[in-house]
Amino acid sequence: MRLEPIANPGIARTLIPPALAIATTVVIASLLAMIAGANPFGVLGLILKGAAGSKFALLETLNRATPLIFTGLSVAVAFRARLWNIGAEAQLYAGALVVAVLGTGMLQWPPGLLLPGLAILAMIAGALVLLIPALLKVRFGVDEVVTTLLFNFIFLLFVSMLLEGALKDPMGMGWPKSARLIPEARLPRIIDGLRLHWGFGLALISAVVIWIIQARTTLGYEIRAVGLNRNAASFAGIPVNRVLIKTALLSGGLAALAGYSEVAGLKGSLTLDLSPGFGYTGIIVAMLALLNPLAVIAAALFVAGIFVGADSMSRAVGVPTYLADIMLATALLLMVLAILLTRFRVVRE
Amino acid sequence: MTAKSEAQVVLRLNSITKTFGALTANDAVSLSLHKGEVIALLGENGAGKTTLMNILFGQYTADSGTVEVMGRTLPPGNPRAALDAGVGMVHQHFTLAEGMTVLENVTLGTRSLWSLGMDRAAARARIARLAADFRLSVNPDARVGALTVGERQRVEILKALYRDARILILDEPTAVLTPQETDDLFETLRKAVALGLSIVFISHKLHEVMAISDRVLILRHGKLVHEGRTADTDRHDLAARMVGSEVAAPKVALGVPGPALMRLDAVSTPDIGNAPGLKSLTLDLRAGQITGLAGVSGNGQAALAGLIGGRRSPASGTLMLNGETPPHWSPRTAVHNGIARIPEDRHKTGTIADFNLTENAILECYTDPPHSTRGWMHWQRAEEFTQEIITKYDVRCPGPTTRIRLLSGGNMQKLILGRVLEASPHIILANQPVRGLDIGAVNYVHERLLEARDRGAAVLLISEDLDEIMALSDVIHVISEGRLSPAFARGSMTPAELGVWMAGHGFETERAHAS
Repeated sequence: MRLEPIANPGIARTLIPPALAIATTVVIASLLAMIAGANPFGVLGLILKGAAGSKFALLETLNRATPLIFTGLSVAVAFRARLWNIGAEAQLYAGALVVAVLGTGMLQWPPGLLLPGLAILAMIAGALVLLIPALLKVRFGVDEVVTTLLFNFIFLLFVSMLLEGALKDPMGMGWPKSARLIPEARLPRIIDGLRLHWGFGLALISAVVIWIIQARTTLGYEIRAVGLNRNAASFAGIPVNRVLIKTALLSGGLAALAGYSEVAGLKGSLTLDLSPGFGYTGIIVAMLALLNPLAVIAAALFVAGIFVGADSMSRAVGVPTYLADIMLATALLLMVLAILLTRFRVVRE
Repeated sequence: MTAKSEAQVVLRLNSITKTFGALTANDAVSLSLHKGEVIALLGENGAGKTTLMNILFGQYTADSGTVEVMGRTLPPGNPRAALDAGVGMVHQHFTLAEGMTVLENVTLGTRSLWSLGMDRAAARARIARLAADFRLSVNPDARVGALTVGERQRVEILKALYRDARILILDEPTAVLTPQETDDLFETLRKAVALGLSIVFISHKLHEVMAISDRVLILRHGKLVHEGRTADTDRHDLAARMVGSEVAAPKVALGVPGPALMRLDAVSTPDIGNAPGLKSLTLDLRAGQITGLAGVSGNGQAALAGLIGGRRSPASGTLMLNGETPPHWSPRTAVHNGIARIPEDRHKTGTIADFNLTENAILECYTDPPHSTRGWMHWQRAEEFTQEIITKYDVRCPGPTTRIRLLSGGNMQKLILGRVLEASPHIILANQPVRGLDIGAVNYVHERLLEARDRGAAVLLISEDLDEIMALSDVIHVISEGRLSPAFARGSMTPAELGVWMAGHGFETERAHAS
């Protein structure tokens, strides 16, 4: 058997394999629900209802999607240049740390400047965290998969140390948690009375900005060229290393915004369970979106919906929430296969 | 050379057909090879030669047709079958273990995994006998990594002979050889034929085909279009049959040399992996002149191309453009100083396969107006620019938004030509500009280079094809081990004389003269 590229895939070719991938994911999830002793149609219905069945459910999904859009964008930008940033988790915590430290009244800026200021400082912190592995890569050829991955553990332990020590909230009843932010450092809600903060709006804006950068600027063109063929890019005179560093700064900054938005928008303080692996899930989001910044929004909503829906389903019928992880993993693997099939046909020898 | 139709048929392909999707790579191709015969298989790139050999070796399964060796039909799709039947192949790219000796390479894989130890003496005696019979002089205890390309090829041939091959298939065997090494190879092949072996010689160098073969078969678009005795034909006839129409190579008058636009003065560069860097090399590139650089590949061409193209800086010595040393030397400065660069590998360095034609056309100039201003791309203008190149340089393609990977090599090269020549460059670095192109595209590229020379550009033509160098160059240098020969005027040297330099001789005497 052999794969043969298809020059001009038609509409059916482009749409049918991904649709089949989603359908197969649903079938596999149903089988697992049956094994867990529940009615599969009931389980799927409950997931759907839990993700989008009510105003509350929908807002919960949008809130959960917000950090995923940021980390998804972070990964999508980096992967475009074939810079394998597995460390969005660390960059997220770097952003969160900046807000948790400076947003407690330490920074006495006027209210109109404080929030944008914190966002910029958070981005700088995230960018610096990714700058180290990026420099190691371009200077010494150190594999960034290893360095960015290990950085996650280092940074999480560092945050843990601070939360147990210097940053520990004296009013926190002994919990490892930072002091609460001052009200001026909190992201306001988009509509009064609805539990959705401006972090979500910022995420949507970021996706559009990244899309514009990729499609319309020389930097976006350079990033794509470096990602598709580093050798040809360097021959043509594109400063490959400089482009990789710029990409790293952008990617790290985006992941940091996830931490910024979680602390300033949702939680109001920093704890060690701020992110249930948003950095890693961002990789799934980016891959499902085929690294397209606008598709990242849809992919993040899909992933967030499954998580939120599975939580609610689990409470109702007692099927473990692990079902959500399995559904995402299956969806990702099948989607990768489906995308292959939209571009190649299988030929039997 | 006599007709050998009465001799025993050792290899027969019966009506082989193979399709890949819509492409018919082989269309009912039949051929027979007799004992003691050399047949030449001619054809342009993509004519179906490689597919045919892959079917013979069981790498591919034919859609229809059979392969017979010594009268027995081979089972399809079994790579061992052809080897066991006594067919040996010498690939264009050698398959040798560099860290092992010649003896070890030759015997590799001939013994069972379970046998302990080996009878080295017997193996050595056998190799010595084969080497003597076939005039393949090579030291059995030498490490392959230390051998020259010509010697490595002899090891490959020894390997096939050691496995009792009665049929040898040589895929472009002379592409990497100097003229002298080619003569040695032909000597070996004549010995082999005299000893009753049969040979399939795959090539597109017509004079070699004329020199060595008894019969010539020509493939075009997967079909066998000609089969006949070599003695009954000539080079022009073969060339015409290969492309399907009489080929008119461009008429090359001598150029009118002007001032030196680029001057390299005693430039040295570090080695690149196994390939040598430049060793105190001095070279002038003059306006209105094509400077040909002949040499066996891997003798410093990459270092020189890298230097002129802005990818490398001299470790010592000076590079001067119009009498000045550029302060910072990079690909971008090179392009901005009017250097056009046609890269050696158009697939890996010249283009980005998944970029469309427009994105590839502006690869070197995307930072300049009108393609972008202050970091913003103007795709509309870039596309108009690309459309102009497509029209002017006759790039056959669906349009500027087509991904370049879907284009043929010739059309890809035309886009690269357009990209670099549109800016009317002063200096043109053409590194293997026609490798792998069909004759029509070859002539097109050569005409454009001559045109550029005639309007006053300095052209450096790097090629491993001596015919190309000798036909186009106004002056010729030979490069060997990073050293440069003196300049020879066109027509002042025979291929054999240049071959002496290509083999690395003559440089010492030159140094003696200088001191």
